[in-house]
Order: sequence, then structure tokens, then C-alpha cells
Amino acid sequence: MDSGLFTANNVWMMLATALVFFMHTGFAFLEIGLTRSKNTINILFKNIFIITVGLLLYYAWGFNMMYPGFEEGSAGIFQFSMDSFGISAPENGMTPEYADGGYTWWTDFLFQGMFAATAATIVSGAVAERMKIGAFMIFTVLYVGLVYPIVGAWKWGGGFLDSWGFYDFAGSTLVHSVGGWAALVAIALLGSRIGKFGEDGKPKAIPGHSIPLATAGVLILWLGWFGFNGGSVLSADPELTSLVLVTTCLSAAAGGVAAMVLSFVLYKNLDLTMFLNGILGGLVGITAGADLMSPNEAIIIGLIAGLIIVLGVALVDKLKLDDPVGAVAVHLICGIWGTLAVGIFGSMAGGGQFMTQLYGVLIIGVFCIVTSGIIIGALKATVGIRVSKEEEIEGLDLHEHGMDAYPDFTND
Amino acid sequence: MKQIEAIIRKSKFDEVKKALHGIEVNFFSYWDVTGVGNEKQGHVYRGISYSTTDIQRRYLSIVVSNEFLEKTVNTILESAYTGNVGDGKIFVSEVKEAYRIRTKESGQAGIN
Repeated sequence: MDSGLFTANNVWMMLATALVFFMHTGFAFLEIGLTRSKNTINILFKNIFIITVGLLLYYAWGFNMMYPGFEEGSAGIFQFSMDSFGISAPENGMTPEYADGGYTWWTDFLFQGMFAATAATIVSGAVAERMKIGAFMIFTVLYVGLVYPIVGAWKWGGGFLDSWGFYDFAGSTLVHSVGGWAALVAIALLGSRIGKFGEDGKPKAIPGHSIPLATAGVLILWLGWFGFNGGSVLSADPELTSLVLVTTCLSAAAGGVAAMVLSFVLYKNLDLTMFLNGILGGLVGITAGADLMSPNEAIIIGLIAGLIIVLGVALVDKLKLDDPVGAVAVHLICGIWGTLAVGIFGSMAGGGQFMTQLYGVLIIGVFCIVTSGIIIGALKATVGIRVSKEEEIEGLDLHEHGMDAYPDFTND
Repeated sequence: MKQIEAIIRKSKFDEVKKALHGIEVNFFSYWDVTGVGNEKQGHVYRGISYSTTDIQRRYLSIVVSNEFLEKTVNTILESAYTGNVGDGKIFVSEVKEAYRIRTKESGQAGIN
């Protein structure tokens, strides 16, 4: 391969790595924007913890656990040895031989590393404003450190789901649903925030403290998705990368509009936060098959994702679960939708593919529910996962961190 | 001397301020307050409708000599009026003494 082409591919992949990294800013802003200012430091702390510790875990063993080099056709489930600790580049790692000239081994490690932490970030939003920081940190280490790479290996690492033909282009299931299932389990075990549900069981509004930040967050996430999906092409292939960017953006736009329209129809108001969640739903929904869809199909997938968002948020409320940022609707439900859509639309559509996608969703779902249930359940039974009532009312910033996010301003 | 405390709509503040300057009342303090009252504001957030009786208002505190009292109160009554529920309130109380810090004058000279 021409060294210029190898360089071009690797440069694009490194740029994509940076864009995915930048999504953490988006998550942070979105989460704090939709929650109250008395918990802002706590949320930012969780997000920074995830980026830093998540990457170190990926270095320590995550990358090798996720790409253990299963034997061809072995339908591997788990493979790990003492050699798998730490990272060391293979001999041809910096040559075009490594990944068909798409990127170097270093780039591979870092690009994948940036995805790894996202699973915990999804949970961070769902458990906001009431989870103990210590318990969350332990959960993050176990979930990002073990569950994420094990699941990832089943498909991207060449494991059994990959042998079955399961397809997940950039992680609707492997990233978003993995986080989404844990988020669902977490909020079920954690309980809702004080004041979220009235005595009659009806949900109450707890408005976020900065809609501008939430908006900035979503736009930053959309920007990051240029790398999240664009980089999942695993090269700078002009046709595939440009197609993927088109399908990604169209799905995002369609998701936003569908959510905005449906929430107006149902609630008679133009709610910006639903509009924003709809955009994210569209992004998650296209993530499994961005390279398989035509623009028209991308829009349909996005539209359906947007509708799912509005209905999903209402469903979570109906189940008496408290999800301050809509993480379950965006990442779990739309993640499942995006994965199944690969069997319905695009170049891999078909009954057989749809069933394979469904098996993948179910197997990973069961695994994630069980593992997150064990981790969070054990934490709940031992150190406790929920802050005390006084702490929750006065704010986690004060009690968990002894800090004020906005010391100059007076808060209402 | 009398203290006039007026709770008015924030949107009416500029008008009230201008009207007060118009009758030579040039000195007062104000701050933003949240209050509970009869005015209800309908909100919707992520599909949940709620109305809030917590309302934002502006609180003015003006100390005037007795001769200025009626004129000042009427000025505020007119300029802060909209006719809708939630226009606000005015309270008048007695002030025992007033001082100007710079000159240490008290009494009438303290507030003009």
C-alpha cells in the first residue's frame, strides 16, 4: 500500500479518535444542563473519572480482553491470559499490514479506548443527583473494566456473535445498549429522586438548571459522532466515510424533528429537551448500520428513533422510574432499535439477519442485566448506592465534594 | 418620613423607575425576589405539566418625606399597573430617622 494512503487513513482515524474523545464534553454538558446546579460538581466529577480511569483500564487489560485474537471461526466467548495485561504493540503494528493499512496499532488502541468509557457515561446521567460517588466509581471500574470488553469481544473482537453474522457498525448495541441496560438496572435499584413522583404516583417536573448547556452538549455529541461513526469505517475510505457521515447526520436531524413534532402533538408544547433527545436518538439509531443505509433509509430510521424517544421517556415515567436525562430512551431503546434496523433496512436487510440481530440484542441484554444487577446489587447491599435524604436535598456538591459549582451566584 | 415598599412586576420596573424620576424621587434600592401569590404560570417539561405559584418580582424600598408620600404612592400605582392578577403590592411604614452617611446629616436633609 502506498505510504501516503496509509498516512491518510491513520490521520483520519486519529482525528476520529479526537472527536470521540470530545464527546465526553458533550455528555458532561448535557447531563449538568438537565439537572440541578447543586449537583453539578458531582456530575462533572463522574464524567472526568470515567474518561481518565476508563482509559487506564483499557490500557491495563481492556483492549486485550476485547481483542483477544480468537481463533478463526472459534465462536469465542472469553479469552484472557497473564500476557494480556498492559499494552504492547505487535511486530507489524505500525505497518499497513496491521489493519489493511487503515491505522496503526497505537491508533487502534486509542480509538477503541475512547469508546470504552462511554458505556459508564450513559449510566452517569441516569443515576444523576442521588447516587453515591464512591459506589459509582466502583461500578465504573467493574463495568467498563470487565463487562464492556467482554461484550465487545463477542462481536468486534471476532467472537461468537461475529461468527453468527451479528452486525453492529459503531456500537448501537455494544456501546449504547450496554450502557443503557446498566442504566435501567441502576435506576430500578436506586429509586427515584425525592420529589420526582408525587404521593399519587404522578411524575413531577424537575427542570434542569441550564438548557443552554444541554443544547451545547447535544451539538457537541453530534459533532463527536462524525468521529464515532466516521471512524468506525476503520479507514479514510472516501466513499464509505462520506456515506456514513451523511446517514449519521440525516438520522440525527430526522430524529430531532420527529421527537419535536410528536412531543408537540402529545403535550401541546415545543419542548427543546425532547428535540435534543430526539437528535441523540437518531444518532444512536443509525449507529448500528450507518454504512449500510441509503439516505432515505437513514431518515426513516431517524424518524422512528425520534418517535421512540418521546414514547420511551413517557414509558419510563409510567414505570415509576426516574431518568433525569432520558438515557434509557436514548441509549437502550434506540440502541435496540438501531440494531434491529440492520435487519429491516439497508444492504443487509433480511429475515435471517433480523433474527441474528435479535439474538444478539437478547443475549447481550441478559448478560448486561445480570452483570450490572450483580454489581449494583452488591454495592447496594454493602456500601449503599444512594445518598441520604439530607444530602440529596442539599445537593451532592456540598456533601460528596464540599464544593459549590457556582460560588459566585446565588441559587434559587 | 415614610418607607414605601413596593413589590412590582419585573417587566414594569423601567416604567416605574422613569415615573419616579419624573416626580423627583431619585433614590431608592431594589432587589429581585421570589414570592408566592395568586398568579399561576403554566409550564411543561418533558411531557409533565405543572403550574408554579412561585413568581419572580422586584422589590423597591423608597424612603420619602411625608409630603412626598401620596404623590409617590400614586405614581407607583399608576406606572406598575397592568390590570392582571399579580400586579403587586405597596406597603407604607413609619421611619423614625434617616442619615446621609457622607455628611452625617439626619432628618429631612438625610433623605433629599
